[in-house]
Amino acid sequence: MRHPRTICLSSITISVAMIAAPVSAETLRLLTWGGYAPEDVVAKFEAETGHTVEVTKSNNEEMIAKLRATAGGGFDLAQPSQDRIAGPQEEFGIYKPIDLSKIDATLFIPSMLAATQENTTVGGEVYGVPHVWGTSGLVLDTSMAGMVQDYADLCGEDVAGKVSYRLKRPTLIGFAFSMGLDPFTAYGDEAAYTEIMEQVEAKLIDCKPNVKTYWGGGDELMGLVRSGEVVASMAWDTGGWKLNADNPNITFVAPASGALGWVDTFVLPAKGRADDAAYDWINFVMRPEIAAMITAAAGNFTASQGADEFADDALKARYQASFPPEAIDNIKWYPPVPAGLEAIEGGVLDRVKAAN
Amino acid sequence: MRAEAKLGLILLLTPLLLWLSLLILIPHVDMFLVSLRERVGVNEYRISLANYLTFINEPLYLRTFVRTAVMSTIATIITLLIAFPVSYYIAKIARGRVQSALFLLCLVPFWVSELVRTFGWMILLRETGLISNLLQYTGLADGPVEMLYNDAAIMVGLVYTSMLFMVVPLVTTLESLPDEVVEAGYDLGGSWFSILREIIIPHAAPGIVSGSIVVFMLSLGNYLTPTMLGGKDSLWFTELIYSQFIVRFNWELGAAFGFLLLGLSSAIVWGMLKLTGQTLEKTMG
Repeated sequence: MRHPRTICLSSITISVAMIAAPVSAETLRLLTWGGYAPEDVVAKFEAETGHTVEVTKSNNEEMIAKLRATAGGGFDLAQPSQDRIAGPQEEFGIYKPIDLSKIDATLFIPSMLAATQENTTVGGEVYGVPHVWGTSGLVLDTSMAGMVQDYADLCGEDVAGKVSYRLKRPTLIGFAFSMGLDPFTAYGDEAAYTEIMEQVEAKLIDCKPNVKTYWGGGDELMGLVRSGEVVASMAWDTGGWKLNADNPNITFVAPASGALGWVDTFVLPAKGRADDAAYDWINFVMRPEIAAMITAAAGNFTASQGADEFADDALKARYQASFPPEAIDNIKWYPPVPAGLEAIEGGVLDRVKAAN
Repeated sequence: MRAEAKLGLILLLTPLLLWLSLLILIPHVDMFLVSLRERVGVNEYRISLANYLTFINEPLYLRTFVRTAVMSTIATIITLLIAFPVSYYIAKIARGRVQSALFLLCLVPFWVSELVRTFGWMILLRETGLISNLLQYTGLADGPVEMLYNDAAIMVGLVYTSMLFMVVPLVTTLESLPDEVVEAGYDLGGSWFSILREIIIPHAAPGIVSGSIVVFMLSLGNYLTPTMLGGKDSLWFTELIYSQFIVRFNWELGAAFGFLLLGLSSAIVWGMLKLTGQTLEKTMG
């Protein structure tokens, strides 16, 4: 009678052992931006750790919407911007705290790590560590639109019909700054923020005849600028630098009122199943030589300490041309977006889109 | 025997019922409950009709819906006007291999995805595109012509995308019209117009109605074509729903919009059926 039970038990032990064995080699489902997980980096990581990586490319809003739909399931590591962590976490609870002891802090630029931790702290727990950072500002064809110095100049006569920007929140924020307003200090005050947004709305509706089209994705904008259909646009720095490589007249310009600075982070979705692989990935990609590979693919610099040494000289030259030291000091870093602001901005964006 | 037949019926119905309840009924009920929630604070919700009131009180949303419905109706009419002669030619005039070849030609564009088809139109219509360059080359235009990012471009895209769904039902109904009936019409001294009005269109009515319903619903629910071809003035109701869900994190309003789209589009189809004296049973049967 005892015999079968022993077999049974031992088979359980074996099967447990078989389940336990792959724990060291997990599948990491990574929800990230295009360029942040280049194939060569993934291959290197898989060879070194034995984990498998499944990459899904997305953007801030879609990442949050996807995680919200599953209450934080379906992915093991996500990369939203640092200003989009605290709000959604309070509202939807889609992330889990990061165990900082599992992260090698020496790999990070200390000031950036500290700033991101401060911005992503909810209820005393830290939810994000920094990865890639960059800015958004103006991408100009300097031979045709040299007079554009700031976002508001996009509404000028000289560039009429040859302008493009996104109909998303960075545009609202950028225009507010170039109109001399300060949306970031009004973040906490819904009434004040609404008032600022109303002024921006009026400006954007006035400006609409100047716009060729509102771009949706980076590739769309590249096509518009490369073909010469658009000579001035609001875009990410890396887009401008990529275009600069093809056409030296086109480049990224930090606007007079300040480029808008963003930091994309690492967060753990609430129902992630491969935390160890996630921590392994973070510590792997923050190594200076790997971070430089990501910089080469994405075009943006990372929060990795010492990766600059490995970065491409051409990219560094473009960066220095776009950012003289005073422009770096003038970068406006996004503070965390309080829950509920999206609704105010959403109404403004809808009305601008519908205006004739 | 009867018990067996019953069991057979149940077994045959099960996949359909599972499909209907799991993929259509339950998500809709859930979505309806979401649409009745109002956000009052962080993680605080209460049941109210606020989302539906937003639709009524914000003229923008109502206007967008009317615009979407009107443009979809126009697209349906244009599609019908283009598809009818094409279908008549395929069903009645072309014979044998020509007939199949023509039908295949209507089908071929649908072997690639909608995205690729829309992109094709963008390549043709854009300022640095094919048509613009051709016009400049032949001297018909002095400078680059922008044909993208306006309502006409949306219309072209919508008609092109839905052409097949009009041609197929029309060809089927027209094929069932015996040639003798048309010949008899001519023998009795009818002109081509009276034959078209008295014989062909009444016979093809079920095909016209079912084709129109499908095309109208496809246009109304289209997301890609208006967004890509319409540019800055593309505002389309489905785009509003998408942005409420994805960009604004406002699922409650998005769900309410979804239900309004369902209800209003059903009402329009019902109204059109009443107006033309058709019934759904006649069309589908």
